[in-house]
Amino acid sequence: MTAYLFRRLLQSVVTVFIVTIVSFGLMKLMPGGPVRAILGTHATPANIAHLTQQMGLDRPLYVQYWTWLDGLLHGNLGFDYIVQRPISDLLFNALGASAYIVGASLLLALLIAIPMGMIQATRRNSVLDHAFTVFSFVAYGIPTFFIGFLIQQWFEDDLQWVSVQNQVSTFGAALTHPEAVCLPVLTLTITTVAGYSRYMRSGVLDQITQEYVRTAKAKGASMRRTMYAHVLRNALIPMVTLIGLSLPILVGGSLIVEFVFNIQGIGLLTTRAALQNDYGITLAATLLTAVVTVIGSLVADVSYAVLDPRVRLT
Amino acid sequence: MTLAPETTAEPPAAAPGTELAEPPRSMLRRGWEVFSENKLALVAVGVLVLIIGFCFLGPLFYHSDTSVVDLSAVTKPPGAGHPLGTDNDGIDELGKMMVGGQTSLEIGLAAGSIAAIAGALYGAVSGFVGGWIDALMMRVIDSLMSFPLIFLLIYLSSVYGKSKGMLILEVGLTSWFGITRLVRGEALAIKVRDYVDASRMMGAGGTRIIFKHILPNTIGTTIVNTTFSIADAVFALSTLSYIGLGLQAPNNDLGGMLDVGTNYAGQGYWWMIYPPAVVIILIILSFNVIGDALRDAFESRLQKR
Repeated sequence: MTAYLFRRLLQSVVTVFIVTIVSFGLMKLMPGGPVRAILGTHATPANIAHLTQQMGLDRPLYVQYWTWLDGLLHGNLGFDYIVQRPISDLLFNALGASAYIVGASLLLALLIAIPMGMIQATRRNSVLDHAFTVFSFVAYGIPTFFIGFLIQQWFEDDLQWVSVQNQVSTFGAALTHPEAVCLPVLTLTITTVAGYSRYMRSGVLDQITQEYVRTAKAKGASMRRTMYAHVLRNALIPMVTLIGLSLPILVGGSLIVEFVFNIQGIGLLTTRAALQNDYGITLAATLLTAVVTVIGSLVADVSYAVLDPRVRLT
Repeated sequence: MTLAPETTAEPPAAAPGTELAEPPRSMLRRGWEVFSENKLALVAVGVLVLIIGFCFLGPLFYHSDTSVVDLSAVTKPPGAGHPLGTDNDGIDELGKMMVGGQTSLEIGLAAGSIAAIAGALYGAVSGFVGGWIDALMMRVIDSLMSFPLIFLLIYLSSVYGKSKGMLILEVGLTSWFGITRLVRGEALAIKVRDYVDASRMMGAGGTRIIFKHILPNTIGTTIVNTTFSIADAVFALSTLSYIGLGLQAPNNDLGGMLDVGTNYAGQGYWWMIYPPAVVIILIILSFNVIGDALRDAFESRLQKR
């Protein structure tokens, strides 16, 4: 177990390291460079040279990378010259709402997709199975922003069930004002269930044909006991990996629903910054979300190893 | 590269056909037999052909000028002269949908193709080379896959531009990671096969083995996943345009039409929202259904031989 944990941890460290190199590369490849972005188009050459030196941009690339990485490790993501605040302040203020949306949608999606996949697999080719399959395919084919738009239409405008007044940006605010985030969570849950239930269905189908199911039945275990004590537990294991793999999609989905429902999360912050050509925030948010997803999939893989002894022995 | 290995290697490849009792069927033919049994996939192909015909041939039959603003005819409901009404600039929605659909399809297909080529090449090289280089190349893919795609696309399009060509590159170069993993997995299995050893013994170099053996044998996986990539590219592009970071006016795609249309949802101008939405959804659904059917076709082809 220790050996597996160590290897997996090392892998994540390498991955995060490459993530920082890619982000640094993207920053360096920015046309015009950061100095022009700050000083604007009317800067004199002397001003440009001065700021370039002041920001250390005339030093060799690896030195710049190292200084930048050192800053990152101390929580310094740079300074935003348009809003005149440190980028880390802006991002961490908005992280809570996004974390809530991703977390709540993930949990809800699992609670719905697992029984859904079970029902589909145990009643294969029944009307219910086909109905759920059609739902998954269609929900998977509709762009997230359009599902969000439809939900907004029905619940806010037509039915007027939810009236969103509060601006939510922190995790605590999302907890105390669930009405402000319930529709974005519902939207993201629908798109996530579409993918998860397909996996759960095929996972259960894989398990049902295994020998141990026949053995359990032969021992006289009831259908219910076979399904819940044996099949379900084994079918859940691959779902853990799926959670890790789908994290980037969930975080991306959060950006879209934040945009549609106007939630002050990290996604809306990023989108607004990009629309105003404020690249610093966009890049920092991209980097931050990538690191968070690496950590998320590490956690998923470690839980996978805890659940499945075969993984940690290899 | 010498000619000798090629001439000696070719005959065995052609020979098995003559040994079979029943007439030989090509790989494509066998795949098609499985594919054509899937009714849903045939419907999807039909829908896609209709949409492509609508977008590319439609303008030949239905004449409308989508570049001229007509302020005397803004947001007209469907009726005579404008079968699907007009938008907020007085431009005919039906005509605009044909042009927008063209752009969405063109960018989707081009980006999907870039993803296929980049993904297959990188995966084949990584799997073939193996060792620590393979491990490093795969860690790079892990890293790239941990970036939420839409964040990356928003950054790229805001920094490098929102023209059609740039969007093709941006979407294409961010959607090949999945294909690479699968191709690399297959390359690992193919490179230890006897015919690869035989080819190597006859003096074939790495480049020749990758292009002659590995890539052709992973073509099934690549095609299936290109189909999904196209669906994903259309999806991603429509999202970018909806946010306002895709194609910029006067150029247009279906996602951009939705961006404009949904602003008028409160006024009940449904014709500015639902027609383009239905077309986007049908494009994405069709490519996904076809991809699923192709995967079945390529897999059970192996069983039905």
